[in-house]
Amino acid sequence: MENRHKNLDRTFGALGDPTRRAILGSLARRASASVSELAAPFAIKLPAVMKHLSVLDEAGLITRSKSGRVVTVRLRPESMREAMAWLHSQERFWSKRLDKLTAYAERKELEAQSRK
Amino acid sequence: MTSLTLVRHIKAAPEIVFEAVTTAEGIAHWWGPDAGPVLLSESDPRVGGKYRLRFRKLDYTEHECSGEFLVVDPPRRVAFTWRWIVGGADPGESRVEITLRAIGDGTELTFSHSLLQDESARLSHEGGWTGALHKLGAYLAKGAPV
Repeated sequence: MENRHKNLDRTFGALGDPTRRAILGSLARRASASVSELAAPFAIKLPAVMKHLSVLDEAGLITRSKSGRVVTVRLRPESMREAMAWLHSQERFWSKRLDKLTAYAERKELEAQSRK
Repeated sequence: MTSLTLVRHIKAAPEIVFEAVTTAEGIAHWWGPDAGPVLLSESDPRVGGKYRLRFRKLDYTEHECSGEFLVVDPPRRVAFTWRWIVGGADPGESRVEITLRAIGDGTELTFSHSLLQDESARLSHEGGWTGALHKLGAYLAKGAPV
């Protein structure tokens, strides 16, 4: 359980940066890309892009494989699925609570009005 | 870094909703996830005040959560930290904020739940990654290249 939480922390931490989200978005549109292809749309230096890729790699969101001088980057969907599943479970959890809160508050309102 | 936002229209005055959200008696009425009993409900709704809730589900598991009030502005806004102590599945401490707005026949309640780990990221990218995540999620659901 603890491990799972650490993984989620890492995943959400990695997603908390707009450049890294843009990199993931760009990877989502193609099967794989080289580091320089990924770096092309950004106004930041290659080492900065490499740093972002390391964070994404540690969060389990991408894989990097080296062939000669070219590093190929691919999306790894498992961590993302886990993060989505967690988000959905949170949504279900709080939705149910709020439904009960709504019913309770509306009952209290009716009580207050009948006392008037 | 908001992870979840939910909106409800409630046919009750904001004052009534605010009381239901912040007082120990109010919370005890809506908190339990099923018909199991709320075993403990304590709440001190002022900035820095604490709350603690413990309930038993019908499967006999017990769950407890607690936190501290960060904002108490009746009947408009309340924010508190949130953490499971017993039997929960939540990565660390998070922040819950509830805002109330009077509308025609009652109250519009906006609930948001965000992770605390990276508060600065939350402030600068408010709403940013939820959309990105859902888009990617939709893409992944279609089957991603592996």
